[in-house]
Amino acid sequence: MDAHVAQLQMQYRNYILSLYQQGFLDDQFTELKSLQDDGSPDFVAEVLSLFFDDCVKLVGNMARALDQIGTVDFCQVGANVHQLKGSSSSVGAKRVKGLCINFKELCEAKNYEGCVRCLQQVDIEYKTLKAKLQDMFNLEKQIVQAGGIVPQVDIN
Amino acid sequence: MVCEMETDQQMEEMDVEVLSSMWPEDVGGTEPDNQFNVEKPAGDSDTLKEVDIAEKRTMADLKRLPDLLNTTDQGSTQLTNLVKQWEYMQDHAVRLLREELKILTKQREEAEAKELKIIEEHNFETEEPENVRVLDESSDLFRRFKEKKRDKLVGRKRIEIDEEFDTVAYWKQKALTFEKMLEASTERERRLIEKLNESLKTMESHSAPVEELTQNLKRAEGFLHFILQNAPIVMGHQDKDLRYLFIYNKFPTLREHDILGKTDVEIFHGGGVKESEDFKREVLEKGKASKREITFETDLFGSKTFLIYVEPVYNKAREKIGINYMGMEVTDQVRKREKMAKLREDNAVRKAMESELTKTIHITEETMRAKQMLATMSHEIRSPLSGVVGMAEILSTTKLDKEQRQLLNVMISSGDLVLQLINDILDLSKVESGVMKLEATKFRPREVVKHVLQTAAASLKKELTLEGNIADEVPILVVGDVLRIRQILTNLISNAIKFTHQGKVGIKLKVIPEPSFASDNTHKADAEEQNGLAETSVWICCDVYDTGIGIPENALPCLFKKYMQASADHARKYGGTGLGLAICKQLVELMGGQLTVTSQVNLGSTFTFILPYKVAASNDHSDDQDEFSDMVDHQPEPDDSTEGYFQFKPLLGSIYSNGGPVMGNNFLPHKAMLPSPVKLINGNTGQSESVQVENGGYMDDTRLETGSGHCPESAHQYENGNGRCPSKESESCSSSQASSEMESEFTVSSPREDVQTETEVKETSKQPKILLVEDNKINIMVAKSMMKQLGYTFDIANNGVEAITAINSSSYDLVLMDVCMPVLDGLKATRLIRSYEESGNWDAAVEAGVDIKVLENKQMSVRSTNRLPIIAMTANTLSESSEECYANGMDSFISKPVTLQKLKQCLQQYLH
Repeated sequence: MDAHVAQLQMQYRNYILSLYQQGFLDDQFTELKSLQDDGSPDFVAEVLSLFFDDCVKLVGNMARALDQIGTVDFCQVGANVHQLKGSSSSVGAKRVKGLCINFKELCEAKNYEGCVRCLQQVDIEYKTLKAKLQDMFNLEKQIVQAGGIVPQVDIN
Repeated sequence: MVCEMETDQQMEEMDVEVLSSMWPEDVGGTEPDNQFNVEKPAGDSDTLKEVDIAEKRTMADLKRLPDLLNTTDQGSTQLTNLVKQWEYMQDHAVRLLREELKILTKQREEAEAKELKIIEEHNFETEEPENVRVLDESSDLFRRFKEKKRDKLVGRKRIEIDEEFDTVAYWKQKALTFEKMLEASTERERRLIEKLNESLKTMESHSAPVEELTQNLKRAEGFLHFILQNAPIVMGHQDKDLRYLFIYNKFPTLREHDILGKTDVEIFHGGGVKESEDFKREVLEKGKASKREITFETDLFGSKTFLIYVEPVYNKAREKIGINYMGMEVTDQVRKREKMAKLREDNAVRKAMESELTKTIHITEETMRAKQMLATMSHEIRSPLSGVVGMAEILSTTKLDKEQRQLLNVMISSGDLVLQLINDILDLSKVESGVMKLEATKFRPREVVKHVLQTAAASLKKELTLEGNIADEVPILVVGDVLRIRQILTNLISNAIKFTHQGKVGIKLKVIPEPSFASDNTHKADAEEQNGLAETSVWICCDVYDTGIGIPENALPCLFKKYMQASADHARKYGGTGLGLAICKQLVELMGGQLTVTSQVNLGSTFTFILPYKVAASNDHSDDQDEFSDMVDHQPEPDDSTEGYFQFKPLLGSIYSNGGPVMGNNFLPHKAMLPSPVKLINGNTGQSESVQVENGGYMDDTRLETGSGHCPESAHQYENGNGRCPSKESESCSSSQASSEMESEFTVSSPREDVQTETEVKETSKQPKILLVEDNKINIMVAKSMMKQLGYTFDIANNGVEAITAINSSSYDLVLMDVCMPVLDGLKATRLIRSYEESGNWDAAVEAGVDIKVLENKQMSVRSTNRLPIIAMTANTLSESSEECYANGMDSFISKPVTLQKLKQCLQQYLH
């Protein structure tokens, strides 16, 4: 039993580290995790689900805006990107945030092709992240079910 | 003959040994010492004929030459050489003659042999048969030899005689024949002798050496010319007066009579001539050949450098008679060499500079890193330390016995001291790295002075009088960075108090004309201009004087240096970090002013700083006065804004003699770091000049005084605990730390309280009210979680309009404002809020299109003058953006993403 837990914990640790190493997450995610305590045991999950809902909504908005070929409202797209940038920055979704920074510049330059390309990348990226984090939560769940505690992962 | 002599002269110039190598190998002859061989290939002569030799190049004083040759060693050697050559020639000729003679002798011997034979033959003829027989018998060999001999000499010539043998006729004939042969032989002999004589004669003619030598010399000279014709060489001979006797010059510009018999100085004019002459003279005197490079700068041939070789010439009696010199033009080489040297020098210099720079860069980098490190470290230390001190202070409010309390007090004061030190270091590194920003706020200098003195008086534990004296012409309201000015004043005052044991400490303010150093020094406050401010600026001189121990003159220079105190002794006795004055100086200079000190040992010191301020418009003043009278109603107070003199008498007695729970010691050296800071109040109205010491707390003072407040118990405990605390052992320590603690407190809270001193009627809730203006749900969620951890709650506005609405309807202690928001962004919202604070109405907001419905709340507008701390939350941490925040009236900013740490610091700074 203990060995199983230890193995899961090790797996979890490596997984988290890989997420940081591959640039999916940054320190802000650590910050987020540290905010989770007994008073709010599902804080990270809540914030993230809110974030991903936000992603769906914002990406949808932008896709619609960019569909209006010829009359694209770059301002609106820009506002959405800004939102997404703020959110991703707050949860520590590093790659999404990085894309958003580019996206915003393209938007300001009114570069339609660039925006479309960026939007697609954002779409892929947040979905990838969602899947990864889903895995992470599953691992956490498994650890808890196996009677262990989710380890604190020191990124440095 | 002329030619010969000239050549001789030239030869003299050159080393004979070297000369030999100059000859083509095939010309050199078979014998090594036979330099001037007669037998030369015709080809060489042809070569020479083709060469055009300008004989004029050589000039010589012919009359002197023979003398010279006879008197000098070189001349003798030269002649010896010639003689040797001649002798050799003679030898050669003798050898040839001998050979000839040998041949002739041989021939003569042959002839004699023949004669003998003839005679013998004759004898044989007479007695031939016997002889023959005998000989035949005795030896066959002899016969053969005889025949051979005869064959060889006479060539088997047989004499034929026709006559009958042994007749008269026969003999006669035979005699005749012999006679003829004899004659022929004689004839041959005579011819040979003739020939011999002839050859002897030719030999004689050859033996005269002069012509040959002349030829040789001519050839030698020819070769020399051939070799020298293009060489940039000048050579010459000068007598012991340095007059030219001979000169060879490839490019003659002067004629013979221009040079011969004259000295260099007589011939040339210009740079180098004298030097060369001196050099020649030197050689002549020292008698040692040497070389030197001399650059000439003459009209004749311009600027040219010559490598000159000079050797002394001696006569046979070893007396100096002159010099030989040879110069080669090396101008190009010298130029090249100089260029090279210069390049090398440049290179070296550059390298040195490079290494110097690298060193500097290295040092700078190191320093920067060290400073950065220091700042970071200080920062990192400060956070946990404030936790420690805070907890200790909370602990001090609980029930403790006397000993525990003493220990705790030491702990707190030590902690405070460390905190102060860290703050100092942070300040210092901020100023040094240029991070420190100056703010321009309106403030009343009188008020500032008064507050500083009050604060100092509050923690005063000595019999000192504190006084403030402000000249009438000092404006009521000026613009400057009140925070920093206050910091400087507090620092100087606490310093003064620290080193003064009796008498008084005071501040004197007066207006002075613009000092000289400022005219070429554009003060930085210019950048911080705000709307509605008058342009006129004024220089105010502020003296902080004391009657303390004074500073010895030799300690003055290092007074403002970091970590320096007047002496190590003082440091031990009085404590302190030694950073205070350094910070003061830096701050004053940052604001475009100057900090100076004068002092007399045992009489006191005066620190003087002069600073430029902008004078604010006077209408602001009247407004503010109205506010004052409106607000300060519960306690009649002298009008701060115009009063020019304050005095704080010692309160010591009352501190130790407990004056009751309320009237007693209110000068709390420590401030409790409770979530809701307890207000520190000087409720002592008995003092004629007493003023309320207000430090931005949230507790209603009346409640505290009556003891029926919201949390009376904790307040009382707090007071009581501190009332007894000042222990004598820790007097100096706690006095310094107490004042510094006060200072730091003002550092954070003064912008608000300098504008007005009234106590705001606060909500009774201990929780500070915070407004978060943020449009991003996720950010709100994260912030909420953080606030929860920090123990705060807050209201949320989703954009600038909502924020304004919220501020209008309720009062907040702090606003956290996102910069980039829909509808109305943070910068604009802040501007509108500030405008509301200044004008007391939302006109600007309405103008900007914000729909404000709740403007009916008129009594609230009074509070609008209270400056609300607004903290920007910006995703862009570039200084440009932060400057924008400041420009729009924000107090500080947090860079996004917001972390617990950043939020905590910010809240700590603005809520306590």
